[in-house]
Amino acid sequence: MAGFQGRPRERDDRMPPGQYLTRDFPVLTAGPTEVLSPDEWQLTITDGTSTGTFDWDGLHAFGLETLTTDIHCVTHWSKLGTTWRGVRVSTLFDVVGVDDLPYALVTSYGGYTTNLQVEDLVERDAMIAVEFEGEPLEPEHGGPARLLVPHLYLWKSAKWVSRIDLVEEDTPGFWEAAGYHNHGDPFLEQRYHGD
Amino acid sequence: MTDGPRLSGTRAGGLRVAPLVHLAWRKAAVDLVVEETADAHTLVLDVAGWPGSVAGQHVDVRLTAPDGYQATRSYSLASGPGEPPALTVQEVPGGEVSPYLVRDIAVGETVELRGPIGGYFVWTGARRPLLLVGGGSGLAPLRAMWRAADPAEPVVVVASVTEPARLLYAVELAERVAAGNVSATVHLSRADVPDDAERLGTPLQALSLRTGRVASTTVTQALTACGGTEADPGVFVCGPTTFVEAMIHLLAGAGLDPRSIRAERFG
Repeated sequence: MAGFQGRPRERDDRMPPGQYLTRDFPVLTAGPTEVLSPDEWQLTITDGTSTGTFDWDGLHAFGLETLTTDIHCVTHWSKLGTTWRGVRVSTLFDVVGVDDLPYALVTSYGGYTTNLQVEDLVERDAMIAVEFEGEPLEPEHGGPARLLVPHLYLWKSAKWVSRIDLVEEDTPGFWEAAGYHNHGDPFLEQRYHGD
Repeated sequence: MTDGPRLSGTRAGGLRVAPLVHLAWRKAAVDLVVEETADAHTLVLDVAGWPGSVAGQHVDVRLTAPDGYQATRSYSLASGPGEPPALTVQEVPGGEVSPYLVRDIAVGETVELRGPIGGYFVWTGARRPLLLVGGGSGLAPLRAMWRAADPAEPVVVVASVTEPARLLYAVELAERVAAGNVSATVHLSRADVPDDAERLGTPLQALSLRTGRVASTTVTQALTACGGTEADPGVFVCGPTTFVEAMIHLLAGAGLDPRSIRAERFG
């Protein structure tokens, strides 16, 4: 019998190793979906000295930027050319006056956490996203507002983001403490601890 | 809803079950193929040095074509902790990997496997009794859990399938129901329970079948059978996203703290 053949090869430099394209938008959430209205949502950013809190209107006051980007989940699916609207994290950090500390611990409504290097939040395209493909972000995808860090595996893009703590020392977040890679670069295939 | 920090604090932090060494790809030979349904097969694999698993964990499976092209997918382990790794693969029509694993692969052939992986959707035995709620092929990691449970321990299973012929592990569930520690309620979301039970065949007759989607009464009865919400049962829900969301809603409606539920979604 024939062995595994796979799909016709279409080399696409946008696809990281070990990923496949999906047209769906699968959901990977550790716990229950948080259902939160825009009125209830707030984001606090602090480095322990300077603190800023943004509510829905406060976030929108910066104007929404459009970002078309590829996204990659550690469970092996990728979507190319997705379009999001939101506010750059670097904009919010500038307003609050934080950026000197090297690490960030991001917390969601519901208690989920993930850790990032601050440079991953300010030097690329990271945003607080409120729209996906022209529609308000649905709760199962992290609405009303989620972090989007498209150059890292999607577990770093915390849904229902409520807080970003800038800190001196790196602290593993939820999946990172459970054996997933601390950084999570899909092009280096940093899926699990030790990759 | 004030226990949010527990989620990341004690739960994730206390469950460091993923190995802290590099997970290597291992050769896995198909040892046995079990036809669970017309389009779902369980592959029991022979992996040298398999370390065992915690119920609920998954593995990554990698296939390589003759020209070197590779495809990788994640599959839940359907095997109990001390058993050889077993994967139940539901064929996705038009899929790249699942039709090969269901239709083509034969005993003796190999894939590559990495794992076991995962420290969240796992049952270590700490919370009991078990309430397992599965939709379709979402029963696979739940089989690992009921196999991990002590035979004397009550396990409550709620399953949802479109029609009787699509129920995974019907024989095994019926045997466990007959043995007395497992109770299983199976909802048929797109079929009526036949009037003539004999048409169902022996295993399904042993299970409690109900017409229609999983209802709040089923969930309430299942929770009661586990000793109620005060008993702090281990509640695991796995299935398609819409199913999981609906089940969490019903369980919360029955009084369970939604944050005490472990859920795994696919599709």
